[in-house]
Amino acid sequence: MKPNHHLDDSTLLAYAAGTLDEAFSVVAASHVAVCPACRGAVRAAEALGGELLDSVGGASVSDDCRSRTFAALEQAGLYRLPVAAPRPAFPRALAQFLPVASLDDLAWKKKAPGVAVFDVKLPASARGQLKLLRIGAGRAMPEHGHGGEEITMVLMGAYVDHMGRFAAGDVADLDEDIEHRPVVEQDGDCICLVATERPTRFKSLAARIMQPFVGI
Amino acid sequence: MYAVMELADRRKDEEKQRLEALFRSFITRVAQNRDRQAFAQLFDHFAPRLKSFMMRKNTSAELAEDLVQEAMIAVWTKAAMYEPSKGSVTTWVFTIARNLRIDRIRRDVHMPTTELGDYDEPSDAPEGEELLGRKQEDGLVARALQSIPEEQRQILVLSFVEEIPQSEIATRLSIPLGTVKSRMRLAYGHLRRILETGL
Repeated sequence: MKPNHHLDDSTLLAYAAGTLDEAFSVVAASHVAVCPACRGAVRAAEALGGELLDSVGGASVSDDCRSRTFAALEQAGLYRLPVAAPRPAFPRALAQFLPVASLDDLAWKKKAPGVAVFDVKLPASARGQLKLLRIGAGRAMPEHGHGGEEITMVLMGAYVDHMGRFAAGDVADLDEDIEHRPVVEQDGDCICLVATERPTRFKSLAARIMQPFVGI
Repeated sequence: MYAVMELADRRKDEEKQRLEALFRSFITRVAQNRDRQAFAQLFDHFAPRLKSFMMRKNTSAELAEDLVQEAMIAVWTKAAMYEPSKGSVTTWVFTIARNLRIDRIRRDVHMPTTELGDYDEPSDAPEGEELLGRKQEDGLVARALQSIPEEQRQILVLSFVEEIPQSEIATRLSIPLGTVKSRMRLAYGHLRRILETGL
Protein backbone atom coordinates (compact mmCIF):
# COMPACT_ATOMS: atom_id res chain seq x y z
CA MET A 1 0.00 0.00 0.00
CA LYS A 2 1.62 3.26 -1.09
CA PRO A 3 -0.81 6.10 -0.54
CA ASN A 4 -1.14 8.84 -3.15
CA HIS A 5 -3.09 11.35 -1.07
CA HIS A 6 -1.45 12.59 2.10
CA LEU A 7 -2.00 14.57 5.29
CA ASP A 8 -1.72 18.32 5.12
CA ASP A 9 1.58 19.66 6.53
CA SER A 10 -0.31 21.59 9.23
CA THR A 11 -1.99 18.34 10.31
CA LEU A 12 1.39 16.55 10.43
CA LEU A 13 2.84 19.29 12.63
CA ALA A 14 -0.14 19.26 15.01
CA TYR A 15 0.08 15.46 15.20
CA ALA A 16 3.81 15.60 16.00
CA ALA A 17 3.23 18.34 18.59
CA GLY A 18 0.55 16.19 20.23
CA THR A 19 -2.15 18.85 19.87
CA LEU A 20 -4.38 17.11 17.34
CA ASP A 21 -7.73 16.14 18.80
CA GLU A 22 -8.09 12.42 19.45
CA ALA A 23 -10.59 11.81 16.63
CA PHE A 24 -8.23 13.37 14.07
CA SER A 25 -5.23 11.77 15.73
CA VAL A 26 -6.63 8.26 15.12
CA VAL A 27 -7.01 9.02 11.40
CA ALA A 28 -3.54 10.60 11.22
CA ALA A 29 -1.94 7.62 13.03
CA SER A 30 -3.77 5.18 10.75
CA HIS A 31 -2.44 6.93 7.65
CA VAL A 32 1.10 7.40 9.03
CA ALA A 33 1.19 3.65 9.78
CA VAL A 34 0.90 2.82 6.08
CA CYS A 35 2.65 5.85 4.57
CA PRO A 36 6.47 5.98 4.67
CA ALA A 37 6.50 9.54 3.31
CA CYS A 38 4.28 10.90 6.09
CA ARG A 39 6.18 8.85 8.69
CA GLY A 40 9.39 10.59 7.62
CA ALA A 41 7.55 13.91 7.74
CA VAL A 42 6.34 13.28 11.30
CA ARG A 43 9.91 12.49 12.38
CA ALA A 44 11.13 15.76 10.89
CA ALA A 45 8.36 17.61 12.72
CA GLU A 46 9.25 15.84 15.98
CA ALA A 47 12.81 17.05 15.52
CA LEU A 48 11.41 20.59 15.74
CA GLY A 49 9.89 19.59 19.08
CA GLY A 50 13.29 18.31 20.22
CA GLU A 51 15.03 21.56 19.27
CA LEU A 52 12.36 23.61 21.00
CA LEU A 53 12.65 21.47 24.15
CA ASP A 54 16.37 22.16 23.99
CA SER A 55 15.77 25.90 23.76
CA VAL A 56 13.21 26.44 26.56
CA GLY A 57 15.92 26.73 29.19
CA GLY A 58 15.83 24.92 32.50
CA ALA A 59 13.82 25.22 35.71
CA SER A 60 15.55 24.06 38.84
CA VAL A 61 14.52 20.59 39.89
CA SER A 62 14.17 19.88 43.62
CA ASP A 63 16.49 17.40 45.33
CA ASP A 64 13.36 15.55 46.35
CA CYS A 65 12.37 14.95 42.71
CA ARG A 66 15.87 13.78 41.92
CA SER A 67 16.05 11.34 44.83
CA ARG A 68 12.51 10.03 44.21
CA THR A 69 13.42 9.35 40.58
CA PHE A 70 16.59 7.50 41.50
CA ALA A 71 14.79 5.50 44.20
CA ALA A 72 12.13 4.47 41.66
CA LEU A 73 14.77 3.06 39.30
CA GLU A 74 15.12 0.06 41.62
CA GLN A 75 11.55 -0.98 40.96
CA ALA A 76 11.37 0.12 37.34
CA GLY A 77 11.40 -2.97 35.15
CA LEU A 78 12.64 -2.87 31.62
CA TYR A 79 10.09 -1.85 29.08
CA ARG A 80 9.26 -4.73 26.81
CA LEU A 81 7.77 -4.32 23.41
CA PRO A 82 4.31 -5.82 23.37
CA VAL A 83 4.26 -9.10 21.50
CA ALA A 84 3.11 -8.22 18.01
CA ALA A 85 -0.47 -9.31 17.66
CA PRO A 86 -1.53 -10.57 14.25
CA ARG A 87 -2.20 -7.61 12.02
CA PRO A 88 -5.85 -6.66 12.24
CA ALA A 89 -7.80 -5.96 9.09
CA PHE A 90 -7.76 -2.29 9.96
CA PRO A 91 -5.19 0.10 11.48
CA ARG A 92 -4.03 -0.55 15.04
CA ALA A 93 -4.69 3.06 16.01
CA LEU A 94 -8.35 2.31 15.27
CA ALA A 95 -8.32 -1.28 16.51
CA GLN A 96 -8.01 -0.15 20.14
CA PHE A 97 -11.50 1.38 19.86
CA LEU A 98 -13.15 -1.47 17.94
CA PRO A 99 -13.76 -4.72 19.83
CA VAL A 100 -14.26 -6.74 16.65
CA ALA A 101 -12.02 -8.79 14.38
CA SER A 102 -13.57 -7.61 11.16
CA LEU A 103 -15.34 -4.46 10.03
CA ASP A 104 -18.17 -6.74 8.88
CA ASP A 105 -18.89 -7.59 12.53
CA LEU A 106 -19.72 -4.00 13.45
CA ALA A 107 -23.30 -3.00 14.21
CA TRP A 108 -23.62 -0.78 11.13
CA LYS A 109 -26.56 1.61 11.17
CA LYS A 110 -28.29 2.01 7.81
CA LYS A 111 -28.79 5.67 7.01
CA ALA A 112 -29.98 5.44 3.42
CA PRO A 113 -29.95 2.82 0.70
CA GLY A 114 -26.34 1.76 0.31
CA VAL A 115 -25.10 4.00 3.13
CA ALA A 116 -24.28 2.74 6.63
CA VAL A 117 -22.54 4.42 9.54
CA PHE A 118 -20.81 3.22 12.69
CA ASP A 119 -19.96 5.65 15.51
CA VAL A 120 -16.57 4.95 17.05
CA LYS A 121 -16.67 5.58 20.79
CA LEU A 122 -13.77 7.76 21.87
CA PRO A 123 -12.59 8.82 25.33
CA ALA A 124 -14.48 11.73 26.84
CA SER A 125 -11.40 13.90 26.31
CA ALA A 126 -11.99 13.78 22.54
CA ARG A 127 -13.71 16.82 21.17
CA GLY A 128 -14.19 15.61 17.63
CA GLN A 129 -16.24 12.70 16.35
CA LEU A 130 -15.00 9.58 14.63
CA LYS A 131 -17.19 7.55 12.31
CA LEU A 132 -16.90 4.72 9.88
CA LEU A 133 -18.86 5.21 6.71
CA ARG A 134 -19.73 2.33 4.43
CA ILE A 135 -20.97 3.21 0.96
CA GLY A 136 -22.19 0.68 -1.56
CA ALA A 137 -20.44 -0.10 -4.85
CA GLY A 138 -21.23 2.38 -7.59
CA ARG A 139 -23.04 4.82 -5.29
CA ALA A 140 -22.69 8.54 -5.77
CA MET A 141 -22.93 10.86 -2.79
CA PRO A 142 -24.68 14.18 -3.32
CA GLU A 143 -22.31 17.09 -3.75
CA HIS A 144 -21.46 18.45 -0.32
CA GLY A 145 -19.09 20.58 1.71
CA HIS A 146 -18.38 19.97 5.35
CA GLY A 147 -18.73 23.21 7.24
CA GLY A 148 -15.91 22.26 9.58
CA GLU A 149 -12.62 20.47 9.86
CA GLU A 150 -12.65 16.96 8.50
CA ILE A 151 -10.14 14.25 7.62
CA THR A 152 -11.19 11.08 5.81
CA MET A 153 -9.12 7.95 5.26
CA VAL A 154 -10.16 5.15 2.93
CA LEU A 155 -9.82 1.75 4.62
CA MET A 156 -11.34 -0.43 1.94
CA GLY A 157 -12.49 -0.01 -1.66
CA ALA A 158 -12.10 3.28 -3.49
CA TYR A 159 -13.96 6.40 -4.55
CA VAL A 160 -13.36 9.00 -7.19
CA ASP A 161 -14.05 12.73 -7.05
CA HIS A 162 -12.72 15.80 -8.84
CA MET A 163 -9.47 15.54 -6.89
CA GLY A 164 -8.72 12.03 -8.07
CA ARG A 165 -9.03 8.44 -6.97
CA PHE A 166 -8.91 7.69 -3.24
CA ALA A 167 -8.08 4.06 -2.41
CA ALA A 168 -7.11 2.19 0.77
CA GLY A 169 -4.52 4.22 2.71
CA ASP A 170 -5.31 7.55 1.06
CA VAL A 171 -6.48 10.51 3.12
CA ALA A 172 -8.55 13.52 2.13
CA ASP A 173 -7.39 16.28 4.46
CA LEU A 174 -9.41 19.11 3.03
CA ASP A 175 -10.18 22.72 3.70
CA GLU A 176 -13.71 23.12 4.91
CA ASP A 177 -14.81 25.13 1.90
CA ILE A 178 -14.00 22.42 -0.64
CA GLU A 179 -17.10 20.73 -1.99
CA HIS A 180 -16.98 17.35 -3.62
CA ARG A 181 -19.16 14.63 -5.06
CA PRO A 182 -17.54 11.26 -4.38
CA VAL A 183 -18.55 8.24 -6.46
CA VAL A 184 -17.67 4.77 -5.18
CA GLU A 185 -16.09 2.42 -7.72
CA GLN A 186 -18.14 -0.42 -9.14
CA ASP A 187 -16.18 -3.38 -7.80
CA GLY A 188 -17.03 -3.17 -4.11
CA ASP A 189 -18.18 -1.17 -1.07
CA CYS A 190 -16.00 1.66 0.14
CA ILE A 191 -15.32 1.98 3.88
CA CYS A 192 -13.95 5.29 5.14
CA LEU A 193 -12.80 6.50 8.55
CA VAL A 194 -13.98 10.06 9.06
CA ALA A 195 -12.95 12.50 11.80
CA THR A 196 -15.03 15.65 12.10
CA GLU A 197 -15.52 18.47 14.52
CA ARG A 198 -18.75 18.22 16.47
CA PRO A 199 -21.51 19.54 14.24
CA THR A 200 -22.04 22.92 15.76
CA ARG A 201 -22.11 25.06 12.64
CA PHE A 202 -22.95 24.33 9.08
CA LYS A 203 -22.29 26.80 6.36
CA SER A 204 -23.78 25.33 3.27
CA LEU A 205 -27.24 24.08 2.55
CA ALA A 206 -25.66 20.96 1.07
CA ALA A 207 -23.99 20.21 4.40
CA ARG A 208 -27.29 20.66 6.23
CA ILE A 209 -28.98 18.27 3.83
CA MET A 210 -26.15 15.77 4.20
CA GLN A 211 -26.26 15.82 7.99
CA PRO A 212 -29.37 13.68 8.51
CA PHE A 213 -28.38 11.64 5.49
CA VAL A 214 -25.08 10.31 6.79
CA GLY A 215 -25.07 11.79 10.24
CA ILE A 216 -21.83 13.70 9.80
CA MET B 1 31.91 39.43 8.92
CA TYR B 2 30.12 36.64 7.13
CA ALA B 3 33.10 34.36 7.69
CA VAL B 4 33.08 35.17 11.41
CA MET B 5 29.40 34.32 11.69
CA GLU B 6 29.92 31.14 9.79
CA LEU B 7 32.71 30.19 12.15
CA ALA B 8 30.48 30.86 15.18
CA ASP B 9 27.75 28.75 13.58
CA ARG B 10 30.17 25.94 12.96
CA ARG B 11 31.41 26.07 16.56
CA LYS B 12 27.81 25.86 17.75
CA ASP B 13 27.15 22.92 15.44
CA GLU B 14 30.29 21.16 16.64
CA GLU B 15 29.29 21.69 20.27
CA LYS B 16 25.86 20.25 19.47
CA GLN B 17 27.37 17.21 17.80
CA ARG B 18 29.68 16.65 20.74
CA LEU B 19 26.79 16.83 23.23
CA GLU B 20 24.59 14.57 21.14
CA ALA B 21 27.36 11.95 20.86
CA LEU B 22 27.73 12.13 24.63
CA PHE B 23 23.97 11.65 25.21
CA ARG B 24 23.96 8.67 22.86
CA SER B 25 26.82 7.07 24.79
CA PHE B 26 24.93 7.63 28.07
CA ILE B 27 21.79 6.06 26.60
CA THR B 28 23.84 3.06 25.46
CA ARG B 29 25.37 2.68 28.93
CA VAL B 30 21.92 2.85 30.54
CA ALA B 31 20.52 0.34 28.05
CA GLN B 32 23.36 -2.15 28.29
CA ASN B 33 24.69 -1.79 31.84
CA ARG B 34 21.92 -0.05 33.80
CA ASP B 35 24.59 2.56 34.43
CA ARG B 36 23.35 5.00 37.11
CA GLN B 37 26.14 7.49 36.57
CA ALA B 38 25.27 7.78 32.90
CA PHE B 39 21.62 8.17 33.92
CA ALA B 40 22.55 10.91 36.39
CA GLN B 41 24.19 12.84 33.55
CA LEU B 42 21.05 12.51 31.45
CA PHE B 43 18.90 13.53 34.42
CA ASP B 44 20.93 16.64 35.11
CA HIS B 45 20.68 17.75 31.50
CA PHE B 46 17.09 16.87 30.71
CA ALA B 47 15.16 17.12 34.00
CA PRO B 48 15.40 20.94 34.26
CA ARG B 49 14.39 21.32 30.59
CA LEU B 50 11.52 18.89 31.02
CA LYS B 51 10.35 20.73 34.11
CA SER B 52 10.35 24.08 32.37
CA PHE B 53 8.66 22.41 29.36
CA MET B 54 5.95 20.91 31.58
CA MET B 55 5.42 24.16 33.45
CA ARG B 56 4.68 26.06 30.26
CA LYS B 57 1.23 24.51 30.23
CA ASN B 58 -0.24 25.97 33.44
CA THR B 59 1.05 23.01 35.38
CA SER B 60 1.94 23.40 39.05
CA ALA B 61 5.60 22.92 40.01
CA GLU B 62 4.55 19.82 41.94
CA LEU B 63 2.77 18.14 39.03
CA ALA B 64 5.58 19.22 36.68
CA GLU B 65 8.06 17.38 38.90
CA ASP B 66 5.85 14.27 38.93
CA LEU B 67 5.87 14.35 35.14
CA VAL B 68 9.64 14.91 35.06
CA GLN B 69 10.04 11.85 37.27
CA GLU B 70 7.79 9.76 35.02
CA ALA B 71 9.58 10.95 31.87
CA MET B 72 13.04 10.23 33.28
CA ILE B 73 11.99 6.77 34.47
CA ALA B 74 10.75 6.12 30.92
CA VAL B 75 14.21 7.14 29.65
CA TRP B 76 15.67 4.53 32.03
CA THR B 77 13.29 1.70 31.11
CA LYS B 78 13.09 2.38 27.36
CA ALA B 79 16.74 3.26 26.70
CA ALA B 80 17.23 0.10 24.62
CA MET B 81 14.46 1.23 22.29
CA TYR B 82 16.13 4.51 21.33
CA GLU B 83 17.09 4.43 17.64
CA PRO B 84 19.61 7.09 16.61
CA SER B 85 18.55 6.79 12.97
CA LYS B 86 15.14 8.22 13.83
CA GLY B 87 16.28 11.37 15.54
CA SER B 88 18.43 12.88 18.28
CA VAL B 89 18.24 11.87 21.94
CA THR B 90 16.64 15.26 22.64
CA THR B 91 13.90 14.57 20.10
CA TRP B 92 13.32 11.16 21.64
CA VAL B 93 12.97 12.72 25.10
CA PHE B 94 10.55 15.26 23.63
CA THR B 95 8.35 12.45 22.23
CA ILE B 96 8.37 10.72 25.65
CA ALA B 97 7.23 13.95 27.35
CA ARG B 98 4.59 14.59 24.68
CA ASN B 99 3.17 11.04 24.99
CA LEU B 100 3.11 11.33 28.80
CA ARG B 101 1.05 14.46 28.58
CA ILE B 102 -1.42 12.84 26.15
CA ASP B 103 -1.62 9.75 28.37
CA ARG B 104 -2.35 11.91 31.39
CA ILE B 105 -5.24 13.65 29.66
CA ARG B 106 -6.73 10.27 28.75
CA ARG B 107 -5.99 8.68 32.11
CA ASP B 108 -8.15 11.33 33.68
CA VAL B 109 -11.06 9.80 31.76
CA HIS B 110 -9.99 6.19 32.39
CA MET B 111 -9.20 5.10 28.87
CA PRO B 112 -6.46 2.77 27.67
CA THR B 113 -3.67 4.40 25.73
CA THR B 114 -1.24 3.59 23.02
CA GLU B 115 1.78 5.50 21.96
CA LEU B 116 1.92 7.74 18.96
CA GLY B 117 5.11 5.93 18.03
CA ASP B 118 3.50 2.51 17.78
CA TYR B 119 3.38 2.39 14.05
CA ASP B 120 2.14 -0.71 12.26
CA GLU B 121 5.06 -1.06 9.88
CA PRO B 122 8.14 0.45 11.43
CA SER B 123 10.68 -1.32 9.26
CA ASP B 124 10.09 0.03 5.76
CA ALA B 125 11.73 3.37 6.43
CA PRO B 126 12.84 5.25 3.33
CA GLU B 127 16.47 6.31 3.25
CA GLY B 128 15.54 9.92 3.87
CA GLU B 129 14.14 9.00 7.26
CA GLU B 130 17.31 7.17 8.24
CA LEU B 131 19.32 10.27 7.50
CA LEU B 132 17.24 12.52 9.71
CA GLY B 133 19.06 11.71 12.92
CA ARG B 134 22.37 12.74 11.45
CA LYS B 135 20.94 15.88 9.91
CA GLN B 136 19.52 17.01 13.20
CA GLU B 137 22.85 16.35 14.79
CA ASP B 138 24.49 18.51 12.19
CA GLY B 139 22.47 21.42 13.48
CA LEU B 140 20.19 21.74 10.47
CA VAL B 141 16.95 21.65 12.45
CA ALA B 142 18.29 24.27 14.85
CA ARG B 143 19.34 26.40 11.88
CA ALA B 144 15.89 26.08 10.37
CA LEU B 145 14.33 27.28 13.62
CA GLN B 146 16.70 30.23 13.83
CA SER B 147 16.01 31.39 10.31
CA ILE B 148 12.22 31.28 10.10
CA PRO B 149 10.17 34.46 10.43
CA GLU B 150 9.12 35.25 14.01
CA GLU B 151 5.38 34.89 13.28
CA GLN B 152 5.96 31.27 12.17
CA ARG B 153 8.28 30.50 15.04
CA GLN B 154 5.67 31.79 17.47
CA ILE B 155 3.12 29.29 16.11
CA LEU B 156 5.64 26.45 16.51
CA VAL B 157 6.36 27.40 20.12
CA LEU B 158 2.63 27.59 20.92
CA SER B 159 2.13 24.15 19.32
CA PHE B 160 5.15 22.18 20.48
CA VAL B 161 6.02 23.83 23.79
CA GLU B 162 2.69 25.10 25.09
CA GLU B 163 0.80 22.33 23.28
CA ILE B 164 -2.12 24.50 22.29
CA PRO B 165 -4.42 23.21 19.51
CA GLN B 166 -4.51 25.21 16.28
CA SER B 167 -8.04 26.51 16.83
CA GLU B 168 -7.07 27.91 20.24
CA ILE B 169 -3.92 29.48 18.79
CA ALA B 170 -6.18 31.26 16.31
CA THR B 171 -8.38 32.57 19.14
CA ARG B 172 -5.43 33.61 21.26
CA LEU B 173 -3.71 35.52 18.46
CA SER B 174 -6.99 36.82 16.99
CA ILE B 175 -6.17 35.48 13.55
CA PRO B 176 -8.18 33.10 11.35
CA LEU B 177 -7.55 29.36 11.71
CA GLY B 178 -6.53 29.33 8.04
CA THR B 179 -3.69 31.75 8.84
CA VAL B 180 -2.44 29.53 11.68
CA LYS B 181 -2.42 26.59 9.28
CA SER B 182 -0.70 28.45 6.48
CA ARG B 183 2.02 29.65 8.88
CA MET B 184 2.52 26.05 10.01
CA ARG B 185 2.80 24.93 6.39
CA LEU B 186 5.34 27.68 5.65
CA ALA B 187 7.39 26.80 8.73
CA TYR B 188 7.37 23.14 7.80
CA GLY B 189 8.25 23.88 4.16
CA HIS B 190 11.20 25.92 5.38
CA LEU B 191 12.42 23.04 7.57
CA ARG B 192 12.08 20.52 4.73
CA ARG B 193 14.01 22.78 2.38
CA ILE B 194 16.88 23.12 4.82
CA LEU B 195 16.91 19.38 5.56
CA GLU B 196 16.93 18.55 1.86
CA THR B 197 19.47 21.07 0.64
CA GLY B 198 21.54 21.53 3.80
CA LEU B 199 21.42 25.31 3.26
